[in-house]
Amino acid sequence: MSNPDNEKQPDVKITVRNLDFYYGDKQALFGNTLNIEANKVTAFIGPSGCGKSTHIRCYNRMFNLYKGHRGEGEILFDGQNVLDPVVPELELRKRIGMIFQKPTPFPMTVYDNIAYGLKLHGNYPKSELDGRVEKALQDGALWDEVKDALHKAGTALSGGQQQRLCIARAIAVQPEVILMDEPCSALDPIATAKIEELIDELKRNYTIVMVTHSMQQAARVSDNTAFFYMGKLIEFGDTGTLFTQPKEQQTEDYITGRFG
Amino acid sequence: MQHTMKRFDEEMGQLKEHVLSMGGLVEKAIGDAVQSMLEQDETLAMRTIDRDRAINALEVQADEMTRDILVRRQPAAGDLRFILAIIKVITDLERMGDLAAGIAQGMIRGGEKPPKNFSNLDIMGEKVQRQVHRALDALSRGDIDLAMTVIEKDVGIDTLYKRMYRELLTYMMEDARSITSSIILSNAAKNLERISAHATNIAEMVIYMEKGHDIRHVDHDTAARILNGEDI
Repeated sequence: MSNPDNEKQPDVKITVRNLDFYYGDKQALFGNTLNIEANKVTAFIGPSGCGKSTHIRCYNRMFNLYKGHRGEGEILFDGQNVLDPVVPELELRKRIGMIFQKPTPFPMTVYDNIAYGLKLHGNYPKSELDGRVEKALQDGALWDEVKDALHKAGTALSGGQQQRLCIARAIAVQPEVILMDEPCSALDPIATAKIEELIDELKRNYTIVMVTHSMQQAARVSDNTAFFYMGKLIEFGDTGTLFTQPKEQQTEDYITGRFG
Repeated sequence: MQHTMKRFDEEMGQLKEHVLSMGGLVEKAIGDAVQSMLEQDETLAMRTIDRDRAINALEVQADEMTRDILVRRQPAAGDLRFILAIIKVITDLERMGDLAAGIAQGMIRGGEKPPKNFSNLDIMGEKVQRQVHRALDALSRGDIDLAMTVIEKDVGIDTLYKRMYRELLTYMMEDARSITSSIILSNAAKNLERISAHATNIAEMVIYMEKGHDIRHVDHDTAARILNGEDI
């Protein structure tokens, strides 16, 4: 038995325990339990319809936008169960940001895209606002490309730039966790590589959970990987180990392209 | 279960066949090389040296096949371990071929003054051939028990080599005229001992392929415990 004193206990940011989810009468997630480690990238993989997007959308209660969608169980973030209606949503969505598959810049200038969230959460004088917008764009690896075009429409940027704009927008309000639902699916390989590089930088300061259809991306980018199938969490572990020596046969079958 | 891409299964199958063919040539080379020495058959020795080129050609082809699979299929899990193991097995087999050719070359060099007796070369030759055969069998079937047998029996080969070496030393000390032929024999025995070590490497790779445990450079008892699933 390995000595627990010698092993550094992982720093857990989000603890999920027995998460069930229902779309009306239909159950979509069954007893998911896992720990999201702080300052690491956790990838969720699995075939279409396996529940990976449904799962991450529970973390910031995105499902609350729709009638009849409900989550049961525990998602502990900073000691509070995120599913408890007592936890305020606006604050939750500031602390847990989200990036979607299709870039979603607001129909505003690049500057205003970033400033919007900042203004919502604080009263900053213009000079400070300028500074924070610049920092967000720097940290989002976009500043050099837009510094002379801050008043250009966000929608006029390329797909890859728009996605980085969305990331900059999310990090402007200093979240703790960033959820990414297939952030690179709509992007070409170079834009994808830039985002992956950015993710590698970002994890120093943020905890990242990423849903991806690409197993190669999960293998490249993540520290831990969770494999979902039909709403159940089949296997969760260190990415290197999961991709070379998975514990479950189903995991092996999926990642080697043998899925029936 | 088959891969969704059938071609992937075909390619993996072809690669395995290819490596096993290479193994077959290596087994034959070892047998021929030892025989050429024992029977002082220069023709057989020359043929053995010549045939090493075929083994080398198979190595190049096998490397290309693994490279293709890596780049086009991006294998994961068991498939990845198979490729990683095969890459090492290919190298081991090529080295074994060279070592067998080395024995044949020794025979030719000593042609003028062959050894008066061959000590345990025949026994050692047989045992090593059996080891190589077991290792290739284990690879073909993914047989972990057989792979462990290869690893266990390697100790016996080392012992045989040391015994032969000591015996040859005594001949050299008794009669300086026997030095050249004794050295040739000693080198042949050394090559056989090295061939057996490579067979052991192949066995270790079979275990890695099947189980994901890397038991290289680990002593025997520890290896057995790892395979039993104990934490080390």
